[in-house]
Amino acid sequence: MRRSLAFTTAFAALCTAGTALVPTSAAAQEVRFMCYSDGNECEVYDEVLDRFEADNPGITVAIDVVPYQAILENLPVQLAAGEGPDIAKVTDLGGLNEYYLDLEPFVDAGYWEESFGGTLDWYRGGPDRQGIYGMHSQLTVTGAFVNATLFEQAGVDLPGAGASWDDWATAARAVSDATGAPFPMAIDRSGHRVAGPAISYGAALFDDNGDAILVDDGFTAFVQQFVDWHEDGTIARDVWAGQGGATYQDAAQEFINGDLVFYYSGSWQVGRMDEQVGDFFDWQVIGSPCGPAGACSGMPGGAGIVGFAETEHPDAVAAVIDFLAQEDIYAEVSARTRNIPGHLGVAGAGVEFQDASDGAKAALNAFAGSLPDIHPAAFAYQGYAGNRAMFGITVERVSQAIVGELSVEEAMERARADLEAAMAESN
Amino acid sequence: MATTNEVGAPRVPTSPSIEAATVKAKGDSIALRLIAPIMRLVEIPFLALQRLLGVNRLAWVFLLPNLILFGLFAFLPIILNVFYAMTGGDNVLLEDRPFVGGSNFDTLSSCSDFLDPNSCVKDKFWRAVWNTSWFVTLQVGFMVGFSLLTAIILNRDIRARGFFRSVFFFPVLLSPVVVALIWKWILQREGVLNAFLDWTTIGGYNWLIDAQWAFTWTVFLSVWAHMGFYTLILLAGLQAIPRDVYEAALMDRASAWRTFTKITLPLLAPTMLVVLVLALIKGVQTFDEVYAFTGGGPGTATTFIIQYIYEEGFAGAPRLFGLAAAASLMVAGVLVLLTLIQLWINRRNVDG
Repeated sequence: MRRSLAFTTAFAALCTAGTALVPTSAAAQEVRFMCYSDGNECEVYDEVLDRFEADNPGITVAIDVVPYQAILENLPVQLAAGEGPDIAKVTDLGGLNEYYLDLEPFVDAGYWEESFGGTLDWYRGGPDRQGIYGMHSQLTVTGAFVNATLFEQAGVDLPGAGASWDDWATAARAVSDATGAPFPMAIDRSGHRVAGPAISYGAALFDDNGDAILVDDGFTAFVQQFVDWHEDGTIARDVWAGQGGATYQDAAQEFINGDLVFYYSGSWQVGRMDEQVGDFFDWQVIGSPCGPAGACSGMPGGAGIVGFAETEHPDAVAAVIDFLAQEDIYAEVSARTRNIPGHLGVAGAGVEFQDASDGAKAALNAFAGSLPDIHPAAFAYQGYAGNRAMFGITVERVSQAIVGELSVEEAMERARADLEAAMAESN
Repeated sequence: MATTNEVGAPRVPTSPSIEAATVKAKGDSIALRLIAPIMRLVEIPFLALQRLLGVNRLAWVFLLPNLILFGLFAFLPIILNVFYAMTGGDNVLLEDRPFVGGSNFDTLSSCSDFLDPNSCVKDKFWRAVWNTSWFVTLQVGFMVGFSLLTAIILNRDIRARGFFRSVFFFPVLLSPVVVALIWKWILQREGVLNAFLDWTTIGGYNWLIDAQWAFTWTVFLSVWAHMGFYTLILLAGLQAIPRDVYEAALMDRASAWRTFTKITLPLLAPTMLVVLVLALIKGVQTFDEVYAFTGGGPGTATTFIIQYIYEEGFAGAPRLFGLAAAASLMVAGVLVLLTLIQLWINRRNVDG
């Protein structure tokens, strides 16, 4: 009896001690943050969120750094299967709206509306939803980088403000011929990237009812010009013909190597250019050239930090994102990552970009300065929930026209049919 | 060593190998004595099962774990895939997807001329089908041919035969992505091949941007990467042919060509059939190395059927799981047909 009582007591004590070692759900919450970097964003978030963890001992933020392709392809499938992270940095802002956590119950809605303004609409996926679904962490603008050193060596003047796409193509070819640089011009293999020039050529992208059409006379005119540039050697086929499907491909390395005269990409590349070009050559940002329709439009974009509704820790998720949205934290992150801020207060106060050369600062200011030139259609396109489908269709069909599988007319017919099918299948 | 054993009789000297075997046997018996009680305990439920089911049916009990795993990870996904193929929309959960019957299959097979993908509703699907057909025909043809030739050479008594056998098998050990990246670096605009061609003043070429050349290099890469595996199988088949058959042919003064066509090929036929069908199935399933090599480009020049299924179902927007499932069932049908043909030919050979 005594032995069994002693045994029972010891057993009960062991169980109690064991239970005490197991953290309760209220004591420790782990929030998983799926992050990709254009430059050093995830690294900066990791350091900044250490401070959040210090102030919030019950919350641990685990950052999983993944390639951009994983955000585009793996994340939507994970979310659809109910196996997604708690937080992610995303670029398909409206397209993933069905999975977002509405932060409004957890944050100061007035502050958020005042600080993020119109970018909040990009996360709503349509007029029916009015919550607060994400923080626009970096505002990007598409525009062109030019190798000023090559222009100088060639003795060709940089086309001035208001120069057209034709002017820049002519100048780039002249510089390439004079200096032997193999690539006069390049545009990233991306439907988002060619949207700005297409709008400048007259593309409306949406009809009068606000429904997506993608292909019209203006869009076709730009695609024809784009294909012609590939045929006459103004643009090398390596970027758009070097991949299949809708796979993204940029031409940044060719520009960094000093082989490319005119490179149409966007503001997220400034940090990379600053670090990797260094003193190799002088480069400038010239915004977006003008098209025959009278517009000189780029495309806005960027990435946002969103929480997902399926999270087990909505309070913690909202707390993390709200922390990152505070003006001082947001300003610090923008300065360290060298990104244009999407926070209106931070943008108004100006950002002192850290470790940025004078060239990089000038570039970021040039991109920011081109914001007023962005056409309203571009803002609408960026916020449209089905824009990923339209970007993918653009890349696939334009690539087929470039390599000669389809004529431009056939490619545009196919693009129309693809969009119709995609809209029919989307829920 | 003692000259007498434990009872005082003279110890008979034994050879080292017998002594080693004796030591091993003693060691084994100690191990058996330790394990035996555990095995007797395990035996009890199986004896009871054997009484219940009979000796023949007991085999199924041992197969059951593997069958369960196979069922969960092979048969169940196939059945689910059939359901997905009959649904539409872009929801991943089956219960949220609308039933569309055979609509996905109709969409995929809507063509006015099957030989012209441009005449099809899903032109990219048919481009992928024709690309895969050409790829498989060329890749399997070259691969089996080169593998046979290599196996015949490696079956001869040549110097450093072991080294050459390893060399030909080495690419098989590499990851498909590694293979693709290596050849991409060799063939890209400023790659090793163009550097060599520029040095020789022939001049380089942008191989991977040209549709024909990209396809050709894709076939080459695949043959290079997988040839070693089939060479090994054919080599085993060649070594299984009895030597006395060749000796008899030699005595009859048969020429080398006659020996090859009348003896080697017929006796190697069963092995060749296995190699052919395996190569065909693997060829149809080609994806990872080509995706890493060319991404399916330029345009759709090297887009094969598995990449099409992946892009429709997972990489594109919206994600067309139903269409991708229907396409995958059509591919599965082709593979089943190839397998049935192999079984029929095998049976004919056995019966014949």
